[in-house]
Amino acid sequence: MTLAVDFGSTFTKVTAISDTGIIGTAKAFTTIETDIREGLHTALTELNRQTGALDYTHRLAASSAGGGLKMVAVGLVPALTAKAASMAACSAGAKVVKTYSYELSDDEAGEIYDINPDLILLSGGTDGGNKDVILHNARVLGSIDRDFFVIIAGNKSAASEAAKIIGGNAVICKNVMPEFNTLDIMPAKDAIRALFMEKIIEAKGLGEAAKIFSTPIIPTPLAVFEGAQLLAESLGPLLAVDVGGATTDVYSMCTGMPTLPNVTQKGLPEPFAKRTVEGDLGMRYSMDALVDVAPELQAYQGNCIADPSFVPAPGSLESEYDAKLCGIAVDIAVERHSGHLERVFTPFGETYYQLGKDLSPIKYIIGIGGPIVYSGNPHGILENAIGDGQEILKPKNPKFLIDKKYIFGAMGLLSRINRELALRIIENECMEV
Amino acid sequence: MNGKTLVMGVIGADVHAVGIKILSHAFEEAGFNVVNLGVMVSQEEFIEAAIETAADAIVVSSLYGHGEMDCRGLREKCDEAGLVGIPMYVGGNLVVGKRNFAEVEQTFLEMGFTRAYPPGTTPEKGIEDISKDLGV
Ligand code: B12
Repeated sequence: MTLAVDFGSTFTKVTAISDTGIIGTAKAFTTIETDIREGLHTALTELNRQTGALDYTHRLAASSAGGGLKMVAVGLVPALTAKAASMAACSAGAKVVKTYSYELSDDEAGEIYDINPDLILLSGGTDGGNKDVILHNARVLGSIDRDFFVIIAGNKSAASEAAKIIGGNAVICKNVMPEFNTLDIMPAKDAIRALFMEKIIEAKGLGEAAKIFSTPIIPTPLAVFEGAQLLAESLGPLLAVDVGGATTDVYSMCTGMPTLPNVTQKGLPEPFAKRTVEGDLGMRYSMDALVDVAPELQAYQGNCIADPSFVPAPGSLESEYDAKLCGIAVDIAVERHSGHLERVFTPFGETYYQLGKDLSPIKYIIGIGGPIVYSGNPHGILENAIGDGQEILKPKNPKFLIDKKYIFGAMGLLSRINRELALRIIENECMEV
Repeated sequence: MNGKTLVMGVIGADVHAVGIKILSHAFEEAGFNVVNLGVMVSQEEFIEAAIETAADAIVVSSLYGHGEMDCRGLREKCDEAGLVGIPMYVGGNLVVGKRNFAEVEQTFLEMGFTRAYPPGTTPEKGIEDISKDLGV
């Protein structure tokens, strides 16, 4: 018997799993302001009411409470180490609020102060390559009066000096781009996970709660990421979209190699399992970009800002507004996640460069999260993920599934101890719409 | 290793892949740290690679006869990107047909290249010059 817990920003969700499947789920408000264990207790009491008292052999947890793992990525060239750093942070389940390149300016330092991240991933330079910029950026970061941690994953020849400049809160790991165009994001991902476990959980007031669990608490998006990876083992290449209150996350599991003739792949190699997070596309806390597309919903935005926990009644006008906004979030987030074609003119005529992943052959798109799943029209919302495969390489002709019971994260957690069971459950629980 | 890093590749839409392999291998044997970008390399890719790797020089190869068009503006873009004065070398079959090489050389020097080489130049000749220019 396994208990999976997700400490979300609003709700703490609990799932009881036996050898045959899910036997109960419950939720309660997250109580991070007082003691996060209170909300957990309320949710567990409700779960016990459904299932009777259970004896859990494994207790697993993920958390996005307290703003999740808020990160900033810093690199040198935008398309190279800055992108590599952002990819590493995304793959670790962080909410990457912003990515910076070249020498940080005073204004940017002020911006980072305002973002107040938990963690900064500092890269720049291949091993033996540029040192000046990472050292400059270490000085800038060292002078920002905030309590963030810094993981240094840049030019190894400058790493220890950069760590000295930053002081106590810096950790060194391997370069995200040791050689030109070679990605090595696992060490940075591991370092992020370790810091999250050792320091950030504590700082967010989850230290005591962490002791209840048999494995360390991981960031919720990482658990969802692993759930999507799991499902791809049986469904093949897929895309998952999770629209939330503050961000929209997109996960792709595919090589994304060019499928069109006369197209050459360019830029950094793309990871098979890729996550992107859009911090400006959220249903409640970051609606500006969405309302730009649907200006008629400005008044509604005002209501949402006044009450971010607002959940519209099914069938209401507000629920239609939310469905509209959610569709826009899916459209933009999937567009940004998708690769695109760049036309180049050569002496022999036109040819195309592909940057990023070609998602046009993707066969399944999975909708995750309340705004899609409870919208009343998940199919209509997910259709926004489709493109014509011309310039932006969005999926062309996929089937749509939804994570009906919000179990992706729980199955991601479970997959760490019982992959086979987790796969069986996730296959059963995904529903075509 | 002589501590010098060279970024090299075949510029433009040029797909001739054999020469650059031989060239990069020869420079590595001679002690250079070589970042080989392969074929079909844009000006931007040369520059971005040179920034990240703190390259000491850029070596451009062009074999299909359109080198002049592909190389124009590279020096200015380097200046703009902060690679002010970085040595730049170019060789291969730079132009179509058999134009007088002195003239071709002049064109490329005016475009900001440190040295330009005629067809059939051996890698050894390049190694000798670049070693001298970079002081190794
Ligand atoms: C094989 C080949 C092809 C193959 C390439 C396969 C591949 N992926 O590599 C294919 C069939 C694809 C091809 C296509 C074309 N090719 Co072709 N190709 C050749 C061929 C026969 C051999 C090239 C080769 O590999 N040489 C061996 C290597 C080791 O030598 P290298 O490339 O010259 O490089 C050495 C030196 O030049 C030097 N070097 C090179 N760069 C630099 C830089 C510096 C700084 C220094 C110091 C030295 C240096 O060092 C290298 C190593 O020793 C040559 C003719 C020839 N014999 O050279 C034509 C040739 C290069 N091709 C030519 C042409 C015109 C074309 C096409 C335009 C034909 C067409 N109309 O479609 C296309 C272009 C396609 C494209 N987008 O690039 C012409 C170029 C003419 C010109 N510049 O005036 C050539 C010279 C044939 C000819 N005599 O007409 N080609």
